[in-house]
Amino acid sequence: MLRGFTNTLNSSQLQAGETQLRVENIQLNFGGVAALMDINLAVRQSEILAIIGPNGAGKTSLLNCISGLYRPQRGRILFYNDKEHEVTRLKPHQIARLGIARSFQNIELFRHMSVLDNLLAGAHIHMRSNLFSSLIYWGTAQREHIRFRRFVEDIIDLLEIESIRNNTVGSLSYGLQKRVEMGRALAMQPSILLLDEPMAGMNSEEKEDMARFILDINEEHGVTIVLIEHDMGVVMDISDRIVVLNFGQKIGEGTPDEVRNNPLVVKAYLGEEKSPFKFGQSNNNNHGKE
Amino acid sequence: MISGIFHSSYEKDMALRRTHAQKIRLVILFLFLLAFPFIFRENRYYLTLANQVGIAIIGAIGLNILVGYTGQISLGQGGFMAVGAYTAGILTARLGMPWWASTIAACFATALVGVLFGIPSLRLKGLYLAIATLSAQVIILWIVTNWGAVTGGVEALVVPNPTLFGVRLNSDFNFYWVTWLLVLLVTIATVNLFRTHYGRAFIAIRDQDIAASVMGVDLFKYKLLAFAISSFLVGLAGALTAHYRSIVTWERFTVDVSVLYLAMIIIGGLGSVTGSFLGATFMTLLPALLTNLGRAARGTFPAIDSLLPFIQQGTFGLVIILFLIFEPEGLNKIWRNIKDYFRLWPFSY
Repeated sequence: MLRGFTNTLNSSQLQAGETQLRVENIQLNFGGVAALMDINLAVRQSEILAIIGPNGAGKTSLLNCISGLYRPQRGRILFYNDKEHEVTRLKPHQIARLGIARSFQNIELFRHMSVLDNLLAGAHIHMRSNLFSSLIYWGTAQREHIRFRRFVEDIIDLLEIESIRNNTVGSLSYGLQKRVEMGRALAMQPSILLLDEPMAGMNSEEKEDMARFILDINEEHGVTIVLIEHDMGVVMDISDRIVVLNFGQKIGEGTPDEVRNNPLVVKAYLGEEKSPFKFGQSNNNNHGKE
Repeated sequence: MISGIFHSSYEKDMALRRTHAQKIRLVILFLFLLAFPFIFRENRYYLTLANQVGIAIIGAIGLNILVGYTGQISLGQGGFMAVGAYTAGILTARLGMPWWASTIAACFATALVGVLFGIPSLRLKGLYLAIATLSAQVIILWIVTNWGAVTGGVEALVVPNPTLFGVRLNSDFNFYWVTWLLVLLVTIATVNLFRTHYGRAFIAIRDQDIAASVMGVDLFKYKLLAFAISSFLVGLAGALTAHYRSIVTWERFTVDVSVLYLAMIIIGGLGSVTGSFLGATFMTLLPALLTNLGRAARGTFPAIDSLLPFIQQGTFGLVIILFLIFEPEGLNKIWRNIKDYFRLWPFSY
């Protein structure tokens, strides 16, 4: 069933292709260990950008810098919406309010809440009713609540989780929890959606579903997507551009074809001059470095 | 899971009571509370207990908002109640403020003190926060006992009887209506709070604080808000104690009280308003029940008089241990199981 969204899922005001997020010379150290070294990258409106790299390359650290959980020692991160915002020194909740949503590598849902409440919690930044009207749940608070319930139902439709909307998320399967977590991020009506390994630990059917949802969100609603993923098949299929990290450095960037033929990338993954991206065969053992 | 019930609007689906059984249970409870003071009008003992239970419920709901819903462990309950009781008592006894005005002032004063002692919660979690709130308990009681010029120090502070239109309110029968009307208001407000984004933000902080901050919840603001709302209600419980007893002494607000209230919400059920009701009722009635049993057994075991305090303390500890082992989710879970059983009765599933 097709129907229009009551609230658009996308709060960005940019045209497709305009630069939306710019990471400039980011340096992040943990003690003496450099997690990110001089990283530069730009994310454009409405694209799907994949960040790949071997384990420990700094992918999640980069996402954490963008969403404000880590503070890089050097460099800055700029976010463009109505105007230029420097987000490097902002707190996570301030960054969220600008329209940057994310999911986590290890599911970080609100375990004791129902699916509905998790999604409604995702829409937190859009709720305006004051404390007093919330306490009596009358007038604005109630109307607002019902409006957001309708909005959240649209996300439930989109992600096909109708049958579990009243379940406690702690009791759901791993694949469904990942889906709910993406839904919670979507309820923020984000400009950019950062997905940290949305398909980790899923079987191929669940991965296909997830890939379809990501493409729907991107194509129908124009939400920019930055995703970290290890499954090369999925990455090559759905992303517009790919950034490759290795030991905290950016070693490649470009379209899937360019990255596939980049000798540095091939070396990082295989240690030899041979394409790692052969589909139909397991590439789990390709992550080892020589 | 309730099945076979269909709603045709989100408004109905989001209502608090959605089935006939739920509505009927509520009406029965309501009628019982209305009839109670008339049934026991001549029996002051039961009315006193009812008032104590009502005040304990308000305090337990307050603590549950902070500990059960927001996940910020607090051992400062007794101290915060002391702030409420002494503010109300001092304003009425020394400044001649009417009881209702001093009660409102006490709520806000306690909320302010709660926020002050909630500030460490941004950095501290779990046991460390528990110790920080314990310091609130110690500091507040120290001030109360040492600032004799205002609080009366270790002496009792006598509060004038509250009156409304010339009627003395703190008789057991009259105060019942004050207490339980406030219980009703507090319950409605709390239940509503957790239907809206404020309450969800609290639960989000408890379940996953990092995810909550990435969803746009300002952790500092909402933790302090939880401390404020919680302390507001705890202050209300304290102020009611002051006006009901007409006397405020520091012994009523020691760390034992903090532990007692924690026990109430653990036994009742963390993160549940119903649990706060059940826990507060249970923990208030248990000592009374034991005392009565002791009196009844006096004839058979004359030694029981001297043993009774130990039996009470022992039972208190035993009950907590048994609940932690056998039903960590508390009385609220037992109550849910009973409801589920009868919903499906006579079938087993």
